[in-house]
Amino acid sequence: MNKFTNRRDALRYISSGFCSIAFASMATEQARAAANPLAVKQPHFAARAKHIIFLSMGGAPSHVDTFDYKPKLIADTGKPGKYGPKLMGSPWKFDQHGQGGLRISSLFPNVARHADDMCLLRGMHCDQPNHSQAAMQTHTGSFQFVRPSMGAWTLYGLGTENTDLPGFCVLGDSKTAINFGSAFLPAVYQGTKVGGGSGGGGRRRFGGGNTEVFPNIKNPLLNANAQRTQLDLVQQLNRNKLARDKSQPQVEGVIQSFELAYRMQTTMPKLLDVSKESEATKKLYGIGDSATEEFGNQCLMARRMVESGVRFIECSNGGWDHHKNLRESMTESCGKIDKPIAGLLTDLKQRDLLKDTLVIWAGEFGRTPHAQGGDGRDHNNKGYTTWMAGGGVKGGFSYGATDDHGYEAVENRLHIHDWHATILHLLGLDHEKLTYRHAGRDFRLTEIYGQVAKEILA
Amino acid sequence: MKTPVLATIAIVGGSLAGAGIAFALNSSTADSNPAPAEAAAPRSNEPTSDKDAPAAPSTAPVSPAAATVTTLTAQVSLTDDQTKYFETHIRPALVQYCYDCHSEETGKTRGGLLLDTREGMLRGGDSGNVLAGDTYKDSLFWDAINWMDYEMPPKDKMPQEVIDKFETWLKMGAPDPRGRAKQVVESKIDIEEGKKHWAFQPPVAQPGATIDSLVVAKLREASITPVPQAEPGTLLRRINFDLVGLPPAPSEVAKFVSAWKGNPSAAVAAKVDELLLRPQYGERWGRHWLDVARYGESTGKDVNLTYPHIWRYRDYVFDSFNADKPYDQFVREQIAGDLLPVKTDADWQKNLIATGFLAMGTKSLNQANPRQHRMDIADEQIDAMSQAVLGLTVSCARCHDHKYDPIPTTDYYALAGIFLSTDTYYGTVSSAQNKRSTKLLELPIADPMNAKKRVSQTEITQMQERLRELQTIRRNNRGRDDVDALSGAAIRRGIADIQSKLSQIGENGIPATMAMGVQDVGQPFDSDVLVRGNVEKPAQKVARGFLQVLPGGGPARIKTGQSGRRELANWLTSKDNPLTARVMVNRIWLKLIGDGLVRSPNNWGKTGQKPTNPELLDLLAVQFMNDDWSIKKMVRRIVLSETYQRGSRMNVANYQQDPENKLLWRINPRPMDAEALRDTILAIGGGIDLQRPYGSQVASAGDNRIGRGFNQDRMSTDIRYRSVYLPILRDDLPDALGLFDFADPNASKPKRELTNVPSQALYLMNNPMVLAEAAAMAKSLIKKYPDRESQIRNAFLLAYGRQPDGADMQAANNFFSRYQPVRQVASSQARPQGQLFRRGQGRPQGQIQRGQGQRRPSGQGQQMRRPGQGGRPGMAGGRPGIGQGGRPGGRGGPASAPKIPQMTSQEQTLAVFCQSLMASAEFRLLN
Repeated sequence: MNKFTNRRDALRYISSGFCSIAFASMATEQARAAANPLAVKQPHFAARAKHIIFLSMGGAPSHVDTFDYKPKLIADTGKPGKYGPKLMGSPWKFDQHGQGGLRISSLFPNVARHADDMCLLRGMHCDQPNHSQAAMQTHTGSFQFVRPSMGAWTLYGLGTENTDLPGFCVLGDSKTAINFGSAFLPAVYQGTKVGGGSGGGGRRRFGGGNTEVFPNIKNPLLNANAQRTQLDLVQQLNRNKLARDKSQPQVEGVIQSFELAYRMQTTMPKLLDVSKESEATKKLYGIGDSATEEFGNQCLMARRMVESGVRFIECSNGGWDHHKNLRESMTESCGKIDKPIAGLLTDLKQRDLLKDTLVIWAGEFGRTPHAQGGDGRDHNNKGYTTWMAGGGVKGGFSYGATDDHGYEAVENRLHIHDWHATILHLLGLDHEKLTYRHAGRDFRLTEIYGQVAKEILA
Repeated sequence: MKTPVLATIAIVGGSLAGAGIAFALNSSTADSNPAPAEAAAPRSNEPTSDKDAPAAPSTAPVSPAAATVTTLTAQVSLTDDQTKYFETHIRPALVQYCYDCHSEETGKTRGGLLLDTREGMLRGGDSGNVLAGDTYKDSLFWDAINWMDYEMPPKDKMPQEVIDKFETWLKMGAPDPRGRAKQVVESKIDIEEGKKHWAFQPPVAQPGATIDSLVVAKLREASITPVPQAEPGTLLRRINFDLVGLPPAPSEVAKFVSAWKGNPSAAVAAKVDELLLRPQYGERWGRHWLDVARYGESTGKDVNLTYPHIWRYRDYVFDSFNADKPYDQFVREQIAGDLLPVKTDADWQKNLIATGFLAMGTKSLNQANPRQHRMDIADEQIDAMSQAVLGLTVSCARCHDHKYDPIPTTDYYALAGIFLSTDTYYGTVSSAQNKRSTKLLELPIADPMNAKKRVSQTEITQMQERLRELQTIRRNNRGRDDVDALSGAAIRRGIADIQSKLSQIGENGIPATMAMGVQDVGQPFDSDVLVRGNVEKPAQKVARGFLQVLPGGGPARIKTGQSGRRELANWLTSKDNPLTARVMVNRIWLKLIGDGLVRSPNNWGKTGQKPTNPELLDLLAVQFMNDDWSIKKMVRRIVLSETYQRGSRMNVANYQQDPENKLLWRINPRPMDAEALRDTILAIGGGIDLQRPYGSQVASAGDNRIGRGFNQDRMSTDIRYRSVYLPILRDDLPDALGLFDFADPNASKPKRELTNVPSQALYLMNNPMVLAEAAAMAKSLIKKYPDRESQIRNAFLLAYGRQPDGADMQAANNFFSRYQPVRQVASSQARPQGQLFRRGQGRPQGQIQRGQGQRRPSGQGQQMRRPGQGGRPGMAGGRPGIGQGGRPGGRGGPASAPKIPQMTSQEQTLAVFCQSLMASAEFRLLN
């Protein structure tokens, strides 16, 4: 078989043919991915980040009470806002933090200590003021169609460093499977739910403290020896078939996936067993305190996954839809995540992982500067704040701005497509080149849009 | 910190009736409420009403054509004074008091009402035109701002001087300068040019051609010699799985092989005829259609409520395939069954159930804007219909002309008019999250099983009392500030739940027999074209009709008073339509050969793939129509071809020339799908129950929301009936299906993925179901065969359909010499034990042969058994879906899961061996 004239020919033969994929018409990534879908792949250019931890805030936190300081809004409290209802300044103080002097509200005392690692994106906007659509757009770029999520695109573009574990893991109470799906990308890139609470849809059998950590991860009858003997038989039968059928890539695939599954039986429970973490570490994440325990566990697990080479991790936290009871509920919601996130940043830094890990904090949109029912805020997709830390972004830096009251992004506006383009860029991927041919055209995470916010690159 | 109660209820109420003004109308009649899941009498289509549940806005949709209602104002040119008055007094007031909830800018259209444009004001909201009436004092707008029946703005009444200004303005005839020139959306597509696309030409059959002659011609052109025919054992296995989704029993293998040696083609023909008559054929092939039809038992999307009645559609599909219903009729029933003439109630019943095709799509139940919701439903229907029947992605033209195909956006709205003139009945219980529940269709023939769910008079009285109690609480809460949204929501949900249940109970206490489906609206209308698909930006109207690029397209001649679905169904299934037959034969080909002649089975447009063998595609399409659209005849024709019966052996020379096997020089080996895999494990393990279960586990649990309280974990997995009857919850599939590339039920899925991921391996290695079936298999082998060698040989025969060869025997012997049995502890199961289990037993007795009531004796013989335990949905929980008005989701108990029986060392060793066979590639991979 030394007839291959080039690499593509080689791939064509080795990888499939049986999957009826038209290699000739495919983008390079697609060909690379088909050869060995999870193998580490070289990025398009030097990567700033190797891993992503996405802290997803479901329900959409208020930007004007957290990371977008609006003195004019505070001054104009009580006056009619842009659309009529009365403006409501943030009841929380915004002190300056760190060398960069970023203003962060008193709701995040612990996170604020990391201000010099944080890059605030204050000119965010997206297309829809509805939760499900906006969350879908945040994850996949589309609010209408089922598209691969950014975790799936990342895995497709870069592969994963630890093929004994899934490369895209989703922690916590994540509700919508569509947001973690691979859509038309091969299923191997979809998010794997690990641990966390329940959620509508998806796999939710890993309720807090549940011993069954991963579906079918443990044999209910056999010990490791007995199972290895069994697996040896399975693999011998598979090799027999391979010999009989001469060439059979699908059988080779079965052999590999059984070996990985066998290894995962060891790696996955080990990964999920945090008993060896020190008390100090647990405390750092707020584990042991009922308010912070849940998100703290997720953050700790995220760090463990980064250490193990998992490419993309999503932690999810909900309950941010503060139409009413803003004062009370915001304090409570922020209290649940402040310490865990600060702990995560501290821990990543002390292990020298932050430089390679991009931590992203985002809700699906922001909230109105005017009050709703006196003590609440309504949905606002036209201007809000997300932030990033580590992985190649400027620390102590803020980019973009909303208008005086915080209604709309007016300066250095960053649409979700731009945000996605920037995230891929930090991973060393060109969002215009990371394409997948499907249904007759090349798809990408950013559709036909997206501009990298170069100003935020460290 | 006060929570104004009206504002609170506006959110909650909004969920019921669309919030704001529309809600306030309901509140004026104190206890009015949409009557969710109430039966709509299919023939009359009149909303039933009773004292407590008047016709609800959400079930009596306002058509976008409501602008034809008499209005106080219609003038376009205003005097300067009028304009000045509006700009000085009216616009600022609207901005201050109304826009927050009723303007495009804030993105809020509470109650479906927009007040920031003249069009919006004239069109009105859920409750109709807000300016209509004999005098302005009759108008809803006047009513609302004066806090009469409505109370708007909800929190504080406008100051009297502002109301006075509005009065003056209304007296003037509500002059409104905010007009916007009505847009006209024009298409730039050249239809005549578009008609030249290959797929839009009528299929032409070459005289005298056959499948094999056309395939061989292509191979000859390429100088490729196809691989030899498959061995009879391999072939039988292939045919069995392809036709009925089950393995042949060992006795059948022997019988077939000897018949094949005598006369191969006669043996195959006889086998095919036999299999086509088995009821399992309809389940297998009906399931293929369910993939395409995006069959699911819940709404999916954000709220995800169950569809407890859609299983009737599933059974209808299986029955249709078994009866070999002509495909054109099958399509007509699903698109317009409610409008087709029938002679008997039984046919009427079937046709109504068939329209469930249009009703069972995904729904965004929390959509606040009713116009958006109706449009989204119509869009989903157009998408499902066009992909499933025509293989076109018509929905791409919703916001703009189709980018690639000759489908102008006006064509899309010509179709949309047909579906907007259709009411969709999908049920679901109203709640804070579900703003869009509807009625269901009551079927003409009562399901006898419902008689078992009779509700006693005492229970009915209790429910009525509870209902009155809740309604009193709600009434008393009105206007109070100290009621939080949560308890308000709970009360509303409680009321909706009980009303839903009461509405389904007939006079005799027996629940009515319901189905999901569609009906025409009272006054069908043409749709506006929507600028970029925005429901608030209507442009010109377009006459209802069909795609212009296809024969018979353009405006349709629709019977007066009808939606046009019947005409659409006829147009779709006309023999002049170049796509319908081609698309379907391609689907059949795909399932039998492994891929389609057109490899983009749901996209036959410009970006779709060209057929690998156009002559063959046309031949099949023409034959299909000439055979009166018989699917069985088409299946038979393909299976009897040499092309189908080829081996799957690799040939390197051929491979290098045609790696994708487009020319069909062999049959691609492919893994069996999720259903066949599970069914086969059951069949060779403890036995499979081939009886159709009644209903579905989803049905027996009634209305529920998928989430913490109700999900696959609450479903029994200790089920022995066929996998096609497992609960298909959207976004939450059973592991046995979801892990093995089952079709995602969110959208039409023409082709299953072929993945090979470790979670599949983990399932086969560790899932208790697999272990339990392997144990049953081992115990049965030991009982039948005294010595190990015959146990091994028969295990191979069962699992692979062939005798082991030398290498296999060596591997087996090696295993038996190495394997050390482990001590089995009593709790050797992963999940808590359901009370259905009896301790220490495997499959209890249950040696009942399958097929007593079946059409023909089971050739499957000894492996097919019925379970000894009550795993049937509809019976399991004993819960008829009617009971106390509790919170949905509170009712699912823990699932019962399979249990691994106690085994002796000998049994365990053989069981582990049997499981290895089930986990191995040859078991799953069909050659």
